[in-house]
Amino acid sequence: MNHLPQAWGRPRDDVYGAYDHSHFQTAGPIQHTQSPIVTGTSVIAAKFKDGVVIAADNLASYGSLARFTDVKRLRKFNDQVVVGFGGDVSDMQYLDRLLNSLDVRENYSSSDTPMNAKNLHTYLAKVMYKRRSDFNPLWNHLLIAGLDADEKPFLASADLLGTTFTSPTLATGFGAHLAQPILRRSLPDESSVQNVTKEEAVELVKECMKVLFYRDARSMDKYSIAVISKGGVELREDEKLENQSWAFAERIRGYGTQTV
Amino acid sequence: MSAIFSGAPPQDGLGYSFKQSPTAVPSGERQHGFYPYTDNGGSTLGISGADFTIMAGDTRSTHGYNINTRYAPKLFKIGGEGPDNKGARIVLSVVGFAADGDALQEKMDTIVKMYKYQHGKPITVSACAQRLSHVLYNKRFFPYYVHAILGGIDEDGKGALYSYDPVGSYEREQCRAAGAAASLIMPFLDNQVNFKNQYMPGSGTGHDLKVRQAQPLPRNTVEDLVRDAFTSAVERHIEVGDGLQMMIITKDGIEETYTPLKRD
Repeated sequence: MNHLPQAWGRPRDDVYGAYDHSHFQTAGPIQHTQSPIVTGTSVIAAKFKDGVVIAADNLASYGSLARFTDVKRLRKFNDQVVVGFGGDVSDMQYLDRLLNSLDVRENYSSSDTPMNAKNLHTYLAKVMYKRRSDFNPLWNHLLIAGLDADEKPFLASADLLGTTFTSPTLATGFGAHLAQPILRRSLPDESSVQNVTKEEAVELVKECMKVLFYRDARSMDKYSIAVISKGGVELREDEKLENQSWAFAERIRGYGTQTV
Repeated sequence: MSAIFSGAPPQDGLGYSFKQSPTAVPSGERQHGFYPYTDNGGSTLGISGADFTIMAGDTRSTHGYNINTRYAPKLFKIGGEGPDNKGARIVLSVVGFAADGDALQEKMDTIVKMYKYQHGKPITVSACAQRLSHVLYNKRFFPYYVHAILGGIDEDGKGALYSYDPVGSYEREQCRAAGAAASLIMPFLDNQVNFKNQYMPGSGTGHDLKVRQAQPLPRNTVEDLVRDAFTSAVERHIEVGDGLQMMIITKDGIEETYTPLKRD
């Protein structure tokens, strides 16, 4: 019998080991994100002669658990910019609120030229770089797609370290390994952008989403796709992958219990 | 194990008592940790001549084995007028962590533009070089993770080249290679620009050998050296490639060229 009342009803130290008090600590040093929790996988995008196509699936994973299956990871900012979010979903929602307040401020100000994709990319890149410099990163990889001041296609990336770059095609996460090579086949350089039509670009991006669904275990077959051109933003958020062919699966050998 | 199931109190410690504080570290520190730097690869190079300075850098940006983009310039005009730096006479190249490089470039650009606004004359390369050293040193304990090279024309009209380490140590030099392929390019430059390990032909053997004296090279020779340095670096370093950007600074301004490199 244990005679110390504060031990009653508690796990016995000798059986379960000393109690880990760190779980109870509320007052302590400020803690920053050390790893993402609920995450979105790849975002992919490609330029074409008068705009940009961008896509991301609608899944938010909790580790390997497909936790939320209806999360829209493409955000329309105005008639000429869409932002695609990969990485932590709560940080995405924070950035979404940030963009909302920015949008409100922009609409109340008297400036008659709206924020274009290049402006927004600069803004977001600075937010990301500031947060990484404070050791409190926003755990995201963003693609900013739209039109620049000359209404030319604009596509750029910003990640949790504040690294930025632009390219005719971009893909985050798994897409950087799986989709980017396919996209680069059609769009090897900036000059090739002129030879790609909107229809071809959409087809290309859809094909890549299919490849990603085949091979990325943290992906799903429902996705959002946006086309940004002079006509404005066409955003569809409930697309289903079409014409899947699992014929290749027949030929896969070497996993599981199969021996032949 | 027997102590647990025997019912007898354990020999050491307070028996079954509830300890106020854990004696052992709770299940080890489990932190993923955030590392605020990355290496974006690439290489840069600068050579100064009698009345010009050539700055060069490849345009590939990498992240591990991935190529972020095939065109991310590492050379920046500093100062001048407006967003395209019209009339600038100073070039800064940065290689290492690209986000820090961009931040540093932007900072130097504002500093040099503010200098002209406040003093009514463009900054000299030597002053700009010292300021860059201070900017880097100011972040001594959270450095800009870049190797910077600054190029321009000095007050005597001669080519000027300054190279830096990430915390601001700097030195004026004839030539300098930085970045991923620095160790491949620098020895080549030592031999071809400063004529290291070169002796006058027919000057004898052993102690009679006469060292070939280095002299400023003509511009087209330097341009060829730069191209050779990069085509060779591309063959042997995976983080170098895609394109070669060059900026040639003379008293008349900055000439910019782009040459494709192998994309494999």
